[in-house]
Amino acid sequence: MARIENHPILGKFRKGRKVRFYLDGNAMEGFEGEPIAAALKAAGVIVHRYTQKRHEPRGIFCAIGRCTDCVMVVDGVPNVRTCMTPLAEGMNVQTQYGVLAKKAEGWTGR
Amino acid sequence: MKRYDLIVVGAGPSGLSAAIEAAKRGMSVAVFDENAKPGGQLFKQIHKFFGSKEHKAKVRGFRIGEELLKEASETGVEVHLGATVTGLYMKKEVVVRMRDGMQHWKGDAVIVATGASEKMVPFDGWTLPGVMGAGAAQTLMNLHGVKPGNRVLMLGSGNVGLVVSFQLLQAGCEVVAVVDAAPRVGGYGVHAAKLARCGVPFYLSHTILRVEGSDRVAGVTIGRVNRRFQPVPGTEKRFDADTVCVAVGLSPMSQLFKMAGCQMRDDPKKGGEVPVCDQYGRTSVPGVFAVGDVSGIEEASSAMIEGRIAGVCAANTLGFCTEEEKTAALAAMEKDLDSLRQGMFAPQNRGKDFRTTEEGVKISESLLKKGYLTDTEVGTFPGVVRRSGVHPVVECTQNIPCNPCQDVCPKNCIRVGEKITSLPEVDPAAGCVGCGMCVASCPGQAIFLVDEQFEEGFAAVTIPYEFFPLPKAGTKGTALGRNGKPVCEAEVVKVTNTAAFDHTNLLTMKVPRGEAMKARFFTC
Repeated sequence: MARIENHPILGKFRKGRKVRFYLDGNAMEGFEGEPIAAALKAAGVIVHRYTQKRHEPRGIFCAIGRCTDCVMVVDGVPNVRTCMTPLAEGMNVQTQYGVLAKKAEGWTGR
Repeated sequence: MKRYDLIVVGAGPSGLSAAIEAAKRGMSVAVFDENAKPGGQLFKQIHKFFGSKEHKAKVRGFRIGEELLKEASETGVEVHLGATVTGLYMKKEVVVRMRDGMQHWKGDAVIVATGASEKMVPFDGWTLPGVMGAGAAQTLMNLHGVKPGNRVLMLGSGNVGLVVSFQLLQAGCEVVAVVDAAPRVGGYGVHAAKLARCGVPFYLSHTILRVEGSDRVAGVTIGRVNRRFQPVPGTEKRFDADTVCVAVGLSPMSQLFKMAGCQMRDDPKKGGEVPVCDQYGRTSVPGVFAVGDVSGIEEASSAMIEGRIAGVCAANTLGFCTEEEKTAALAAMEKDLDSLRQGMFAPQNRGKDFRTTEEGVKISESLLKKGYLTDTEVGTFPGVVRRSGVHPVVECTQNIPCNPCQDVCPKNCIRVGEKITSLPEVDPAAGCVGCGMCVASCPGQAIFLVDEQFEEGFAAVTIPYEFFPLPKAGTKGTALGRNGKPVCEAEVVKVTNTAAFDHTNLLTMKVPRGEAMKARFFTC
């Protein structure tokens, strides 16, 4: 389990209500208001996107909205920084390939 | 266009402090921050801060953040969140992106407190998911309650690397190694010692050669480097790890000053390109100030004082306080700031290689290379005395600005003196009552209570303990030495915690008398 249930200094983390969202069409659970990236990390998902040219995987790198490594397609909008965007009920999150939610024609590798 | 007496960019420790001082003197103040919550990095700092009472020493960073927010709201500071300042133009015009629109604001004075971003080193595999900044790990675990990984390798032995490594242990992660290309630990020895006694190995003069994995980190190979930082063939060592944290320094985010036409300077001692400014944070453009990490990398305590100083100066420049008021306010602030900028880790001493402390005690090579004092070196420090009955053993090893141990002792057993960077001395004649306040208050967790006559043949050693699960009285286990290696069998005698200890538990264990000066951690 990637969530810290009880922290020696911080105790229990105050979270929003549990909500359902979708990753590439699959139902997932997270807490409302936490960054999308935190919900994904807690669920063991760490590949957020593949780069446009070399198709290399990227995930959380700075977690404070500076590096843009963690961007994904959220509710149809590409390049959304998942470390800064709060999770909401029913959100549709998709792995980003280049700038699209699916592999473009001729996409090689992953 | 909206107009304010003062616009502050960044709601971190220095920006909020500046805003508070200005608002207190009657200025209208707007603070912009791109984040959803104010406080900058303070709310990720769960350790107790160093310094003196004036610097809120022994208070955990996030609590200082809460106090700062309260003060800001009481003084009427307006904080705009989700507001990214994208431009600072002539006549102090500030362009802000809020929601989906751009807005133009104007300040008679502008204080820029944008902080810093993490530096990086590229190695093979550095872009793999699972490689992240130490700050990212801190954000995930301390703000969002999510473990960054299970087995983490830390690159960087500065205070950020050391503090975040300890926080990883507190979050329940394993730290497989702290690695640094430098030949010596860069951060406080006491921070390194906290990790070493938990069994975290240090690899100085080593760097990451490559990170393996196809779509996530699957392992890390490090290797030794020579004096010219070139890898030495045949010294490779592989670790099973799923996460690599990088803590190799911070770089000031000073772009706005450049845009505003401020004179800039590349200063390696300040972490990179910074605006040229005087001791009050005034840049070459009148009315534009720089405070906190963006004016030179330091830490949160000094950033807060810098902010307050600039806030007062801005108020004075615009006629909101008299010259006399300013002089009086600054005198105390400058004294506080000066006391933090002393000792071996002071900004002016960056890069210097100290061999002894100010008191003439030899600096431990073992501490600087492996993170712990050897059993023989311990006795050379003035805080380490042996006598009958319970008494503090202060394993404070470098001249760092900090003195809560002296303040909290009700019996005056521990003396730091006027200069807060001095090594604490223990008075062997003073009557320790074993209250443990010193153990719980030491931000470096470097104080232990030792009673060598606890029971026939046994000594009691009290250690600070900030982990879960918390062992209970009666638990039998193993005492570990400063190097994290087993020393002897040990039994927990008691575990105490009071509100004053602020989540630092005091664990007292019983060990054979001969091991009293060796046993420094407990595991079961």
